[in-house]
Amino acid sequence: MKKTAIIGAGPAGIEAASVLAGSGVEVLLFEKSETPLSNLKDKAFLFPDFSAASDMVSELEDKLLKDNITRCFGTEIVEIKWKGTEWQLVSGKSEAWYADSVLIATGYSTFDARRKEELGYGIYKGVVTSLEMEKMIREGNIVNGHGDMPKRIAFLQCVGSRDEKSGNHYCSKVCCVTAVKQAIEVRKQLPRTDLTVFYMDLRMWGQGFEEMYRTAQEKYGIDFIRGRISEAAATFDDRVQIKTEDTLLGMPLRTTVDLLVLMVGMEASAGTRTLGASCGIGGEYGFIKTISPHLYDNDTGKPGLFAAGTCKRPLSIWDSINDGRSAAIAIKDYLDTLP
Amino acid sequence: MPEFGFSIKKPRSENLDVTAKAKYEELARRVPSFKRCFQCGCCSATCSARQFTDYNIRRLHTMFRRGNTEGLAEELRKCMLCGKCVLVCPRGVNLRQLIINMRKMLEEEKK
Ligand SMILES: Cc1cc2nc3c(=O)[nH]c(=O)nc-3n(C[C@H](O)[C@H](O)[C@H](O)COP(=O)(O)OP(=O)(O)OC[C@H]3O[C@@H](n4cnc5c(N)ncnc54)[C@H](O)[C@@H]3O)c2cc1C
Ligand code: SF4
Ligand code: SF4
Ligand code: SF4
Repeated sequence: MKKTAIIGAGPAGIEAASVLAGSGVEVLLFEKSETPLSNLKDKAFLFPDFSAASDMVSELEDKLLKDNITRCFGTEIVEIKWKGTEWQLVSGKSEAWYADSVLIATGYSTFDARRKEELGYGIYKGVVTSLEMEKMIREGNIVNGHGDMPKRIAFLQCVGSRDEKSGNHYCSKVCCVTAVKQAIEVRKQLPRTDLTVFYMDLRMWGQGFEEMYRTAQEKYGIDFIRGRISEAAATFDDRVQIKTEDTLLGMPLRTTVDLLVLMVGMEASAGTRTLGASCGIGGEYGFIKTISPHLYDNDTGKPGLFAAGTCKRPLSIWDSINDGRSAAIAIKDYLDTLP
Repeated sequence: MPEFGFSIKKPRSENLDVTAKAKYEELARRVPSFKRCFQCGCCSATCSARQFTDYNIRRLHTMFRRGNTEGLAEELRKCMLCGKCVLVCPRGVNLRQLIINMRKMLEEEKK
């Protein structure tokens, strides 16, 4: 049986593993954590349909219950090398495996908000990231720095994205709609809290997104102000004072909130960066580069080496799953050409 | 009615058909980073001069971009060239250079 190694058990890697195993390929699935889907387990509900992330997790986990998938969890791959006829994969503990082809599906990590010091993350108690907000929503415990119910919450878009200062010129694609999703979820739990989203452009690119935005305004009473927060400062009682310009009015705006939620962008994960560099397919911003974004978007140009999901660029879950499936087809085609 | 920014006396609309692009193009040649502005408002939100007056640097450089320079020279005098706006601009626009060059160009125009 021909063998494929998949690195990363996120949505993209799992979907690819399931499709390949279903078509008779032997799959080795590597995941550095002890369990798969770490980037989904920290989510509460998913855009655009508000389905529970935990349902998605169990459906994807079920896909792994196939005989020809070997799960190598708790194994971080640190190097991949072409050995003339096959690929060698080396783990952090210097163990080695061999496979006819390799799929990199090592995903993303979120921007470290401490790098935007002017926003006060890690310094002021009332400043949290979108990841922490997901956790509070999931646990049904949305509180400010003192553990009290927040009366006013502001969401700030594009933290670590579209930003010369952090070196990330690109748009992270999912954070606009994530802010709308989170604001709606917060409203459901805290009917009387004042909610404002500060944006520069609201990128409602997907099916159902624009409707979510409209519902957020109409049904949930969420406010949208066009302006990027330039500074945050703490008040004596640990609230957060923010400064921006209401660019549609051309007026400076100052307001004090109990929680400031930073919508952190997506960056290439450490694994993506290391593996991309180790086999010369690292592209801009550390994401993996494929041959072309139209056709061959899973091919890296190296024999038998493919990539899928957010290791290539910011994507939604269903983008990543579709991409995993499309990579499986490209890999199957490649394996069929081998003797 | 309160006046925001520099004075707009009569109601009027922008007329892009007669906008003088030449001034903007010359400014963009001198300060190429200006082309990248995406109107976020960080410069005007953080501006030192803005704390005391109704000076709005984002609005002013956008007026210049549209070829509308009426009253601009006077307004730009309020800038102290402290450079805070340059520090916060997420598109890396060199606003100090921009302001110095707007001032120069408006001065040259007078002659
Ligand atoms: C705050 C936030 C909210 C979001 N909400 C939604 C939503 O509601 N709906 C939606 O569609 N999308 C949402 N997303 C996006 C979603 O998380 C991603 O689209 C999805 O997780 C990408 O899947 P992936 O398989 O490409 O990568 P990942 O989920 O990042 O999976 C990659 C896996 O690879 C593993 N790995 C990395 N390096 C190595 C290595 N060297 N060796 C072994 N294993 C390794 C990682 O541990 C990880 O498990 C959200 C994102 C954020 C930041
Ligand atoms: S998706 Fe929205 S919040 Fe995220 S980087 Fe793009 S514009 Fe900014
Ligand atoms: S340099 Fe001028 S425009 Fe910029 S912040 Fe200082 S006073 Fe404001
Ligand atoms: S901070 Fe930069 S990008 Fe934002 S409005 Fe000012 S000049 Fe434009």
